[in-house]
Amino acid sequence: MIAAAILAILVTMVLAVIRALLGRTVYDRILAVNVFGTKTVLLIAALAFWSGRPDILDIALAYALINFIGVVAVLRFFEYGAAEGDEVQGK
Amino acid sequence: MDTLVDIVLLAFLAVSAIAILRLRDLFAMAMMFGLFSLISAGLFTTMDAPDVAFTEAAVGAGISTILILATLAQTARREQSPARRRVLVPLAVVWITGAVLIYGTADLPGVGDPAAPAHNHVAPHYLQESSREIGIPNVVASVLASYRGFDTLGEVVVVFAAVVGVVALIGLRRRPPGVVEGPAALSEHDVLKVIAKLVVPTILLFALYVQFHGEYSPGGGFQAGVIFAAAIILYALVFGLDAARGVIPPKLLNVMPATGALIYGGVGLVTMLLGGNYLEYDRLAADPQAGQHLGILLVEIGVGVTVSSVMLLIYFSFAERGRGKLRDDGEAGP
Amino acid sequence: MSALLIDLLSWVLIVVGGAFGVIGGIGLLRLPDFFSRIHAASLTESMCAPCIIAGLMLQSGMTLVTVKLVFLVIFLFLTSPTAAHVLAKAAIHGGLDPGALRDADAERRG
Repeated sequence: MIAAAILAILVTMVLAVIRALLGRTVYDRILAVNVFGTKTVLLIAALAFWSGRPDILDIALAYALINFIGVVAVLRFFEYGAAEGDEVQGK
Repeated sequence: MDTLVDIVLLAFLAVSAIAILRLRDLFAMAMMFGLFSLISAGLFTTMDAPDVAFTEAAVGAGISTILILATLAQTARREQSPARRRVLVPLAVVWITGAVLIYGTADLPGVGDPAAPAHNHVAPHYLQESSREIGIPNVVASVLASYRGFDTLGEVVVVFAAVVGVVALIGLRRRPPGVVEGPAALSEHDVLKVIAKLVVPTILLFALYVQFHGEYSPGGGFQAGVIFAAAIILYALVFGLDAARGVIPPKLLNVMPATGALIYGGVGLVTMLLGGNYLEYDRLAADPQAGQHLGILLVEIGVGVTVSSVMLLIYFSFAERGRGKLRDDGEAGP
Repeated sequence: MSALLIDLLSWVLIVVGGAFGVIGGIGLLRLPDFFSRIHAASLTESMCAPCIIAGLMLQSGMTLVTVKLVFLVIFLFLTSPTAAHVLAKAAIHGGLDPGALRDADAERRG
């Protein structure tokens, strides 16, 4: 039964990768990579149960955190630029 | 089923590598880089190497992607098309080199072959004696911090040297003169600000968990340091660099990399003063196993302190470069 | 008997979660507009992940593993909708027009 879960997750990952490659706008690509990240978290959790090594769950937790930070970073730098919102005086 | 997962992940790896080469939009390429690291982490997990997978996920998909994005935000948005050149000679060189390398791998032992030299000299000793001599369940941590402690000291010093190099090249300047601080870039995102305030302490707590639980489950100083830095970077992304500098004052942050390396080296000196060799943790307590535990704990704390402060310093150096520039109008938009 | 019931329940949850994931993935590919694709992506994160993780939780009983899975679910619940929201806001800031499809549709209908 966990095999069924792993199979479904792999199929969703394939669909997300296709969207990441096709993606008409950059936002589509960011969305697809975010979905891929969440699916990887699920894949690692399912693999932890499948292989009988539950301590791998820490990797899934860590990756869930990193995925969120990654999306925020992409949006911060891509959409709002590198400048810190400073206003330039006297130029 | 394992084979199927391996095949699918390797196919993803190849596809994302080709995509990285062919994409001209650099931000999309940075996202695909993150994807590549993530797939590698998945592959390491199926190969039963959770510590490596942990580090790859945290460093490759997290910090590396953030640093690449911070750099790209200050340079162009699209890659210039390469000039048309004759490709036959370079292509032939690459193919011949590849063929020779593949021919060379025919002599290597197979994956997991028990007769391979790598599995036959010290590795069985570590695996068999670790529970008796050191007594912590995670053999990777015992090899990293105790049996090969000197190598890990070298790694910590290399990380320290990296931050020295970055700071020497780029510098850690404060806000340039004539620039007044405005609102942080993500200041209108109220939902994000609330969630970030909830999430950052959780991530810090998880980093501490990974640091101290590294002896029992995959984890340890490197991964914990990276996750700690990622939490502070999230705070800096949402609330601005100046707020993040309020969390960790620059005076403290500038001495932390050296402090971590000193803690590590200092443990070695203490064991020498107690009559043993350098980094012989047995001397640190009356019972050798307790001494090993104490030594590994202190050494991992040193590693965690250095790695977290180095990642933060590098991020702050990169992000400060964007200050004071007017918003660059390289082709924005999709 | 209750072990069989727990097994059955976790089977159902995992299958339902997997189905939602695939449906979300197909939606991600086939929906016409970026803003509608966000709906499909959020479907995978809000339904597929909790269902599969709940199924895994039932498999492992009352152990530390279940506690970690609970943390994972709470974290995903908090951060995935936030990420989708921030992405949508950034897309509007970047100039994508959410109403384009609706207007084009209304025009087509006359």
